[in-house]
Amino acid sequence: MEENLLFDAIERYRNGQMDEKEKLFFEELKKNNPEIDQIVAEHSFFLSELERMSEQKQLRHNLKEVENKLINEGVISGKKGKTKAKLIYLWNRYQRTIAVAAAIACIVSLSTATIISQYSENKKAAVITPLVDHKLNQFEYKLNQIEHKLNDATTTSTARPKFEANFRATAFLVDGKGYLITNAHVVENAKNLIVENKKGEQFYAEQIYSNPGTDLAILKIADTSFKQVNGLPYTFPKTTPELAEPIFTLGYPREEVVYGEGYLSAMSGYYGDTTSYQISISANPGNSGGPVINKNGEVIGIISSKETNADGVVFAIKSQNIYDALKQVKKENDVTIKMPTANSLKGLDRVKQIKKLEDFVYKVKGN
Amino acid sequence: MKTIEQETLLLKGLAANDTEAIETIYRDNFTVIKAFIIKNNGYTDDALDVFQEAMIVLFEKAKSGSFTLSCQLQTYLYSICRRLWLKKLQKQNRFNPSIETIEEIVPVDDEIEYHEKKNNDFLFMESALQKIGEPCKSLLEAFYLEKKSMPEIADSFGYTNADNAKTQKYKCLVRLKKIFFAQYKNNM
Repeated sequence: MEENLLFDAIERYRNGQMDEKEKLFFEELKKNNPEIDQIVAEHSFFLSELERMSEQKQLRHNLKEVENKLINEGVISGKKGKTKAKLIYLWNRYQRTIAVAAAIACIVSLSTATIISQYSENKKAAVITPLVDHKLNQFEYKLNQIEHKLNDATTTSTARPKFEANFRATAFLVDGKGYLITNAHVVENAKNLIVENKKGEQFYAEQIYSNPGTDLAILKIADTSFKQVNGLPYTFPKTTPELAEPIFTLGYPREEVVYGEGYLSAMSGYYGDTTSYQISISANPGNSGGPVINKNGEVIGIISSKETNADGVVFAIKSQNIYDALKQVKKENDVTIKMPTANSLKGLDRVKQIKKLEDFVYKVKGN
Repeated sequence: MKTIEQETLLLKGLAANDTEAIETIYRDNFTVIKAFIIKNNGYTDDALDVFQEAMIVLFEKAKSGSFTLSCQLQTYLYSICRRLWLKKLQKQNRFNPSIETIEEIVPVDDEIEYHEKKNNDFLFMESALQKIGEPCKSLLEAFYLEKKSMPEIADSFGYTNADNAKTQKYKCLVRLKKIFFAQYKNNM
């Protein structure tokens, strides 16, 4: 309990609660007794710390109160300022990171775009094969030449100059005056074009329209020997064809005309291309530009390409695109092109249909 | 802009824990400090924290009596806040070497060092008080902080007389001192 009294004395001494006599006695005690002096010093320090803590607590409390008051008054930023400050803070803090990230993103997206575009171009080139036959081999050249000679011998009227074609495809008449439809990719880069009918009659033709976007081209037979043909047996559909509709085609994957049949397998083309259909049919290089006809004798499309790695996946340009093409041709060349309106194929069996049809499907050759 | 007399008066007010003085100092200086903190990777909340701490430094200075302002109060506060914020940034590893120093600053390293030491003591005392538990904490606070008299305390804490309360207070005090000095000496 001695310590208790001592503490009490120290506290009273610090607070100035001692009278003169007691104070003198206390100071004397401290001076003569180092042990007590030590205790006094320690306890004084402790008390001052305790008081300091008390004052600081009070101060902190006051500071908080003033802060809250000013925040409520809007003198110190409220919530609004906080978000703004946060933005600035984030910006300041991550400025450099953002710059680096942006640069990286830029490089990555650019290079990715390049790679993707290159890849997809390659892919398209690799996956989609235009059905033009560029591989007319030596044997066929010779055959052609013999054919020509034979033709020359039989028909003296039309003397054909020597013509060495390096591709072959298909076209069909859209107007008896000598307007033919084929693919743009068939005639691109071709200097000379010759079209040949089933009878083997050959005519010079020139392209008067070509649109690589829709892959449609329109040829005009320029030969004077060509006489207008009448009675195109097919028409163009006014309604949308149905999925799974049976279809057939005539074309020149070989030197002679080849018939093929299949069905409409999808309403869009390669990678969802809405300007074409996917059809299932046996098609080979040379079939390009051939008409895709339904059982009613309506041309629903034009064969253009096939998927290289898949069997029987062929794409045909929707025949609606022909209207646009013809409209443009009429406007640019000031000519009248009449699409056939009377369908003479409807209701016939396939063999008869083909017999009527084959005179109007031409072989396109060129170099 | 306040005259030196006005600012000295403010400091006196602060030392006396006067809320009006505190409010004036806040109104006059916080915007500048906030702008500085935000410009240097901080939030508004950081600015509030730093400013509060600077006010405590200023409070201790003002209380010591030996302190006279050798510059504008704002310059002094700005210098302290700048130093405190730099330390905080370093601690959090977000030190920004391009920290702006267009403002006039005065050296305040000694103050900060002293403040940090004292702040530790404050924390020791606070945690020691927490550790001794009730009713010791309330009893000591009533006597030493609220300066209540022993009979008053005996009455409100339900002791039969002041002497009993005194004995109890003594026991609590010994425990508190023990805990406080243990922490204090560990961190010397």
